[in-house]
Amino acid sequence: MTPLEQVQQQFAKDIIETHAFRGDETAVIRPGVLLNVAKFLKETPELGFNFLMDLTAVDYLFFAGGRISKEYRFEVVYHLYSLKHNHRIRIKVPLTEENPEVDSLDKLWASANWYEREVWDMYGVKFKGHPNLKRILMYEEFKGHALRKDYPFNKRQPLIGPQN
Amino acid sequence: MAIQKRSMLLNVGPSHPAMHGVIRLIMELEGEKIKGVDVEIGYLHRAFEKMCETVMYNQCFPYTDRLNYVSPLINNVGFAMTVEKLLGIDIPERSKYIRVIMSEISRVTDHLTCLGASAMELGAMSVFLYMIKAREYLYELVEEITGARLTISYVRIGGVKADLTPGFADRAFQKIAEVRKVLIEGDELLTRNRIFFDRMKGIGIISQEEAISYGITGPFLRSTGIAYDVRKANPYLIYDRLDFEVPTGTTGDNLDRYFVRMAEMEQSLRMIEQCLQQIPDGPINGELTGDIIPAAQMVDRAKMGQTEGLMEDEVALDPTLQGSTKKYYKGINADQKSVVLPPKESTYSNIEGLMNHFKLVMYGHGIKPPVGEAYFPVEGANGELGFYIVSDGREHPWRVRVHPPCFPIMSALPKLLVGSVMADLVPTFGSVNMIAGELDR
Repeated sequence: MTPLEQVQQQFAKDIIETHAFRGDETAVIRPGVLLNVAKFLKETPELGFNFLMDLTAVDYLFFAGGRISKEYRFEVVYHLYSLKHNHRIRIKVPLTEENPEVDSLDKLWASANWYEREVWDMYGVKFKGHPNLKRILMYEEFKGHALRKDYPFNKRQPLIGPQN
Repeated sequence: MAIQKRSMLLNVGPSHPAMHGVIRLIMELEGEKIKGVDVEIGYLHRAFEKMCETVMYNQCFPYTDRLNYVSPLINNVGFAMTVEKLLGIDIPERSKYIRVIMSEISRVTDHLTCLGASAMELGAMSVFLYMIKAREYLYELVEEITGARLTISYVRIGGVKADLTPGFADRAFQKIAEVRKVLIEGDELLTRNRIFFDRMKGIGIISQEEAISYGITGPFLRSTGIAYDVRKANPYLIYDRLDFEVPTGTTGDNLDRYFVRMAEMEQSLRMIEQCLQQIPDGPINGELTGDIIPAAQMVDRAKMGQTEGLMEDEVALDPTLQGSTKKYYKGINADQKSVVLPPKESTYSNIEGLMNHFKLVMYGHGIKPPVGEAYFPVEGANGELGFYIVSDGREHPWRVRVHPPCFPIMSALPKLLVGSVMADLVPTFGSVNMIAGELDR
């Protein structure tokens, strides 16, 4: 059984969608069950996902290629890797524009700490239970979240120097 | 009288001569002992991910050059492989070999820079000079193929920019022999050097569990004894055909990281040699029978309809376009008209080629992968370098995310430093091999 099938079996009612585009097994889950899914993936011996390889987000505002549902705007994307079994899985958590908040995985993987700070910095997604949720790449005085699709790429707001 | 003890806050950076890049460490010291470290990054943030969303796929390559600027070719390869995965296309054997050769050359230059710089910071100036000399030999090879030393933009989606130059293999073997000599010199100067040994051994230790929890990969993880290497675990390109070992350490301290990097350079050199022996011959198209004529003359003849024998003629190109002629084209580019620019002879001499060219470079046209997402990891010099690209079916990527290998290592820096003395900051930070370009993006 592939990791995706095991997740499907365990969390059948909380999975919104699954796909394996180009061989990347992906499960889209409801935000509420993230911690349970993550614990299940990490602690089940047959899965053994001990690496949180990457954590990022995508903003689907004005997305031309179709979306799961119009009510969701952001997706937080987790890439997990298992050293023992050498397999990977992608978990996606869709979030609404009004309440972009999801549980922090800091307790499970130390790498989540900085990744979540970066997602907060760039997308304004909050992580419940994060010990130190502050900006990481941009400076504290920066207004807005730079990677959101409604933030113009040529907008400038430096601390010193020319403004627009 | 009671002596009051309090800790001192010391700012290291963002611009400090002993730091490899722009980064700020706020250190809490008690005497010489480090009590706490706060790492502040972002001083070199250039909005790589945001800018990639505004350009076409092939235009992202100059941005990827500037991620890890010590081994830019690996970034190029990683990005191209991800887009190719998204498109679902395969590339010719010869360009797979070329990509591996260039990646491994870059890995050696990266490790040489890292080790040379860390040795210099511990006072071994001559080692630094020797290693930079060796890097120079390899940069000459890179320059010969790509035309640039640093901002190479060499890889293209579906292939590479230009073929290897004639006689490249012989020159590469010579340079590899020279680099090997330098590695032996460096080994003799450092490995049995009391000062270097004492400064490195037992410093900056990280356990296997911690390294995994922090998501650390690459030489840093391997120094703890875990033999995880993307080239072995998920072989891409032609790595499964090469014979190489994954060197590992035992304790995960600075000295182990030095040994792992030294051993990896030897493995990379071996891989380059194997590739040069295995690489299939080019040019595949064989020799063209016509004359070599300038580009302007070819365009004029085509416009006037003097097309007799024009298909057999070869075009004389500006050096910047070298390698994109019909002669070398097929061996290094995928057979995908919707992805790869046509050979220059076609562009200049017939309307189909010209249309094809414009369909790929004009605004609103270009490479259009299907709607979807893909993540592809390659083994960068610092660890797993992964690109995650989301496409909405248009010519611009919807989202380009790069997983920079030194980001998780930097997040573990407080763990490595707390408890040791101030002087240990230099070797530990050196062995992290922080590259601000990929850390801050």
